Amino acid sequence: MAEREQIKKTSTRETEDVVDDVPTTSKKGEELKAEMDDLLDEIDEVLEVNAEDFVRSYVQKGGQ
Amino acid sequence: MALPKVYGIETEYGIRHTGVSDPNPIAASSVLINAYLAATARRAEGRVGAPERVGWDFEDEHPGDDARGFSRDGAQPPEIETHLVNAVLTNGARYYVDHAHPEYSSPECSDPLQAVRFDRAGERILVESMEAAGRQLPDGQEIVVYKNNSDRKGNSYGCHENYLMDRNVPFGQIVKHVLPHFVTRQIWSGAGKVGCEAATTGGVDVPFQLTQRADFFEEEVGLETTLKRPIINTRDEPHADANRYRRLHVIIGDANRSEVQTFLKLGVTGFILCMVEDDWFGDRDFTPAAPVPTLRQISYDLTLRKPFELVDGTTVTALDVQWEHLGLARKWSEENGLDAVGGELVGREVLRRWEQVLTALEADPDSLSDQLDWVAKRKLLEAYRERDGLEWRHPKLAQLDLVYHDLRPGKDLAAKLGLEHLVTEAEVTSAVSTPPSTTRAWFRGQCLERFPGQIAAANWDSMVFDIGGEPLKRVAMMEPLRGTEEIVGPLLEGCSDAGELLRRLGT
Repeated sequence: MAEREQIKKTSTRETEDVVDDVPTTSKKGEELKAEMDDLLDEIDEVLEVNAEDFVRSYVQKGGQ
Repeated sequence: MALPKVYGIETEYGIRHTGVSDPNPIAASSVLINAYLAATARRAEGRVGAPERVGWDFEDEHPGDDARGFSRDGAQPPEIETHLVNAVLTNGARYYVDHAHPEYSSPECSDPLQAVRFDRAGERILVESMEAAGRQLPDGQEIVVYKNNSDRKGNSYGCHENYLMDRNVPFGQIVKHVLPHFVTRQIWSGAGKVGCEAATTGGVDVPFQLTQRADFFEEEVGLETTLKRPIINTRDEPHADANRYRRLHVIIGDANRSEVQTFLKLGVTGFILCMVEDDWFGDRDFTPAAPVPTLRQISYDLTLRKPFELVDGTTVTALDVQWEHLGLARKWSEENGLDAVGGELVGREVLRRWEQVLTALEADPDSLSDQLDWVAKRKLLEAYRERDGLEWRHPKLAQLDLVYHDLRPGKDLAAKLGLEHLVTEAEVTSAVSTPPSTTRAWFRGQCLERFPGQIAAANWDSMVFDIGGEPLKRVAMMEPLRGTEEIVGPLLEGCSDAGELLRRLGT
């Protein structure tokens, strides 16, 4: 696995180079959670209410 | 030397017809596609020569031919008997009803990024089809399509990849090196699935797995596509000069909502196949001792760390194999360049993203929630589990698993989750009607655009013209990288009708 280690070291360096060019956005955990909660609320509105019926009625004929 | 890869991707979409007591998926698929074709035809009205619907020509279809060198009697393309809707689009794609699903087969593409664009064009065509069907259906009814591969009840439908390869490469070499790739690429190619549909999991609890498809594969190598599915499919229909080419027909992939995954799936597999053609693997053999159980084990292992045994008795992880493949691909590209895998820019981007994804899978898979479907889906499901205190078996999670793949704007969870885009909406719009300029799809699509009333039928490797008063004339297109804009553009530009085109072609 020596070869692999070498690849990984190189790759880590290259990745860091790329990352340096990108402005870092570090959001706080709470902020991320609030965003996710908003998203779940939004998704709730498009979901059919009865999950069990929906899942049962999603039937496909087999394909390739 | 490896042949320049030509890429294609074909997707059977899941379909639901709601508001009816006894939905028929074949009829619903026909309604969907016919509604799209009619709407497209209406839009084209007023243009000279437009529009006629051009059907598929089955002359070239031999799904019973096996790459291992034999032919199965009686295997016919199923559509011949059923006369289902089957159209060719001006972007060079085929859009038809296949096995009770609407299927979009992309035109031939010369690089994996172009293939992403035409895969996304397929999604857009399905969205426009739903809208067109909606205008025709009675109130209270709707036809909805899903870009997934399973109904969670044991029925699966495919997303197939196609790659042009050198006929001279022994099929056994392809199996030896491509099978380990297909088994291990699941860690970054999977669309994710709640639960398991395999008859047995070997006693492992599977609340969530990496792929939609692993449960449905039972063989290592074979011709089947609808039952006892093989990891390597041997269908031998090159749709090109059979003395020079084979088309590797890949049936094991998931249908991805993520553009990054579609890009990597096609791009990385292109590298692997070039390396097979150049005999680049040497004696290295990553063949699992038990391929089918290993395929499932990897799909079920969310830690990505569980080792599996190779035929030589050593053990590796899926990440180990992928890292070694990446290392080999880098060395191969240093020596051979990137022309065969889509050119310098795209080839480099495949290597860069492949490495970036492997690095992140090793360090922090959750950081890929904007790039990999299985990570995005799992993140969503975990958020629901936490908020509502749901067990993995709760039907709401199964519902979310399905709805993740709903293509309807506004209901499209993959879009809401903010997956990264590699192509712009304007590029997708253009790809809905304009073919790739760099393959024979250009000739097919442009002939349909320019002379729709004079084309009797079309398929991947020929066009049949009806210029009136003469026998039908077939123009063969046995070279997938000819018929490009560069080669035939000037010829087509000067032709007022198909008769003139045929005269200039000397047929």
